[in-house]
Amino acid sequence: MSTPSSAITDHALHKERPYWHPYAAGIGLGLVLLFSFVIAGRGLGASGAFSSLVATVVHAVAPEHAQNNAFYGEYLGDGSKSSLLDWLVFEVIGVFAGGFLSGALAGRLRITVEKGPHISTGGRLTLAFLGGFIMGVGAKLARGCTSGQGLTGGALLSVGGWAFMLCVFAGAYATAYFVRRQWI
Amino acid sequence: MSAPFYKYGLFGDEISLVIAFLIGIGFGFFLERAGFGNARKLAAQFYFYDMTVFKVMFTAIVTAMIGLYYLSVLGFVDLSLVYVSPTFLLPQVVGGLILGVGFAVGGYCPGTSAVSAATGRLDGMVFLLGIVAGIFFFGEVFPAIESFYTATPMGSVTLPQLFGVPYGLILFLVVLMALGGFLLAGWAEKKFAHLRPE
Repeated sequence: MSTPSSAITDHALHKERPYWHPYAAGIGLGLVLLFSFVIAGRGLGASGAFSSLVATVVHAVAPEHAQNNAFYGEYLGDGSKSSLLDWLVFEVIGVFAGGFLSGALAGRLRITVEKGPHISTGGRLTLAFLGGFIMGVGAKLARGCTSGQGLTGGALLSVGGWAFMLCVFAGAYATAYFVRRQWI
Repeated sequence: MSAPFYKYGLFGDEISLVIAFLIGIGFGFFLERAGFGNARKLAAQFYFYDMTVFKVMFTAIVTAMIGLYYLSVLGFVDLSLVYVSPTFLLPQVVGGLILGVGFAVGGYCPGTSAVSAATGRLDGMVFLLGIVAGIFFFGEVFPAIESFYTATPMGSVTLPQLFGVPYGLILFLVVLMALGGFLLAGWAEKKFAHLRPE
């Protein structure tokens, strides 16, 4: 039984703080990117860390198969050290930690599924897997994702980065109508 | 000149991994603060009623771009030592289109799905599994598509180099474009406010 006072306490405990203003969060993100340029001489990334993970697993299961493949080979290097001892792998572990920290401080840690009101949880999870799969393929073909090509390439005025970013928005807007039941 | 610090040998490979972890914490922190651990917030961009993705992304790009430019003008950073990923125009155009489709279908990109999973979102965790499966698929078919992957190589080229104009001019145009975009974004959010789900 929930009494009025415990309901109020529950509400206070679960109160989520609002997100930051987009321009404030954007300046924070931009300063992290700038720090990365100044300290490490490179920008941010994400998908490359998952490529290192995949290459490592494939190499562990089928070493010859991995070594004969130029894509895996790029991440495996000369084999003198684990491909998981990599700048992007450690950066992405940090992304998990930083996201958790921010979510915890703002009361936003919750086991849930983010979706619009008109789709089932199973439908949403199926589309999440499918979208992730498509994104994995696209990110590898483009040599990076929204972090490495979009943010980093964008700030460095890279030709490929800007072409990539315009195409990401074009691809997403062209698809949005067909998956609208998932979101709105 | 004394930066980038790593390129000037101020620290070695092992320390660089610690620094990568710390930079990642900052990256993940601000992604979560922006609301990017939430697929509904991200996907809203594609229905115009919440343009946070565009606003955050271009504020970040402009901040880092201007900061880096002035640090190089002041002689603190050697811009030529900051790594610019080489351009392969055709595969990057096609890859960008494919990635955009995945963004609308799945609601995340790789970095934001990591934040989403870290804050307990099951759809973010499943999206991450999808990414890993997609990369594995790409790796397995790579020998068949390698010639396309390496098509139209242009080297590490920037927009000022491509058009043969001063760096500062492109920078100025990007800032103008971003400011115009922010105005349009505010207008679109009002115009499409009715699409916001309850």
